[in-house]
Amino acid sequence: MATQHSRSAARLMMAPAVILLLGWMLVPLTMTLFFSFKRYLPLRGDSLERGLDWVGFENYARFLSSSSFWPSVQATLVIVGGVLVVTVVLGVLLALLLDQPFWGQGIVRILVIAPFFVMPTVSALVWKNMFMDPVNGILAHLWRFFGAEPVSWLSDASLQSIILIVSWQWLPFATLILLTAVQSLDSEQLEAAEMDGAPAFARFGFIILPHLARAITIVILIQTIFLLSIFAEIFVTTGGSFGTRTLTYLIFQRVVDSQNIGLGSAGGVYAIILANIIAIFLMRIVGKNLDR
Amino acid sequence: MARATTTRRKVITTAVAWAIGLLIFFPIYWTILTSFKTEAQAINDPPLFFFFDWTLENYAIVQERSDYMRFLWNSVVLAGGSTLLGILVAVPAAWSMAFVPSKRTKDILLWMLSTKMLPAVGVLYPISLIFVQFNLLDTRIGLVVVLMLINLPIIVWMLYTYFKEIPVEILEAARMDGASLREEILYILTPMAVPGIASTILLNFILAWNEAFWTLNLTAAKAGPLTAFIASYSSPEGLFFAKLSAASTMAIAPILVLGWFSQKQLVRGLTFGAVK
Repeated sequence: MATQHSRSAARLMMAPAVILLLGWMLVPLTMTLFFSFKRYLPLRGDSLERGLDWVGFENYARFLSSSSFWPSVQATLVIVGGVLVVTVVLGVLLALLLDQPFWGQGIVRILVIAPFFVMPTVSALVWKNMFMDPVNGILAHLWRFFGAEPVSWLSDASLQSIILIVSWQWLPFATLILLTAVQSLDSEQLEAAEMDGAPAFARFGFIILPHLARAITIVILIQTIFLLSIFAEIFVTTGGSFGTRTLTYLIFQRVVDSQNIGLGSAGGVYAIILANIIAIFLMRIVGKNLDR
Repeated sequence: MARATTTRRKVITTAVAWAIGLLIFFPIYWTILTSFKTEAQAINDPPLFFFFDWTLENYAIVQERSDYMRFLWNSVVLAGGSTLLGILVAVPAAWSMAFVPSKRTKDILLWMLSTKMLPAVGVLYPISLIFVQFNLLDTRIGLVVVLMLINLPIIVWMLYTYFKEIPVEILEAARMDGASLREEILYILTPMAVPGIASTILLNFILAWNEAFWTLNLTAAKAGPLTAFIASYSSPEGLFFAKLSAASTMAIAPILVLGWFSQKQLVRGLTFGAVK
């Protein structure tokens, strides 16, 4: 069906999108790579006009050996891992629950999905002030009601608090995707298993969970990519203190606060490599899906 | 007997599901409720759930103090502009990939997706530098372009998965009946593509509206959208829960309404067609 003529027309139609994305990818990436090999401290008088000193891999080595590097990797892993566990486990349970027949299904679904549409700065600030404030927050009221001492959530349990806020935002996403997957489950198979006397636990482990495996993988991969770069939630709550400085936030501070562009760029290259490792796995799954 | 157990089961499921749904929704509900209280009532212990003097004064104060309308307008321009620009670029691309696929189509699609995974913080300085060079800092046009670029892969992907579902046979039939290319596009393809394009616009408008890395880092007073408006409330001045709530409610209300219409597209759009 496709003629030579329509082929070249097709290429022309694709050109703007391809060129734009190519530029968006290559230009800043090249610049980041360039800066990562340079000594560039604008506050100490380095400037592009006067030329920057080539320092080889010094920035890369210094970024790794700085005392904040490993804690930031740890904070990143704890936050990403924590949110993944919470959202996937609760997401599977919620998806199974919402799949059951009950009154008001549509409304409950809306209630559950709503947090996804709240912008990150709003959810972070609302949680920080109205829920986690150690004096006037709802949680403080609740703690006092039960005679307990209110907790300073964002300083004493900072990582857990961030995990709670971010999980609240991402649970709807996981639930929605897993619910879509649950709904495509063959109910006859489940009924057959039930009639054969398979207990609920076995039905879950041998039929439902394997069926959900692909959807769970996709949820994990996509969320990981977004979670690795969470920014606003930390920016407006702890500002990176109390052990919540993630890799993304550390790079942000190097570039914006301490104005060490070379060091920050080297960190950026690490972040890009990390994201790409995860991206490769996601692409494989999405790519396989394209062939079908 | 069987009937009785299913009804009882349905009652229990209903109770549990509603309890969980309300618990998850509670922070939003509480924010909206608090926005109608006075500052003293907002921090009352025990918390006030319904019986208090409802007031609208927080909304008036927020508008007066931080000029909500300007931020709202910026959000509309940024989200709307970047989405429309993205659609203009993406429709031809997705169209040709869906209807005239070549050997490289799959590679191009995956490559586009990979640009979405570039961590923003890794290119923060280069982009800021380009913005400074071209006087784009704190301008709406600069951010429209950036937001368009970060969402372009998702737009192309969503459109591609929708266009892919349009049966090619119908085109062949029209061609047999002597339809010209123009008629083919205008009368056959467009009506079939409109729902997909509409859902794509909706989801990307939401994503652009809530974007909070570039909007926080590349704007100041002039072009800041609602994400920046809210971030300015992160340093409290005295009693401010009710005002924070009013500001928050105003920032999320428009998108919450749009979001409820986009539930179904959400799954397709954010999993790049891998889950439908």
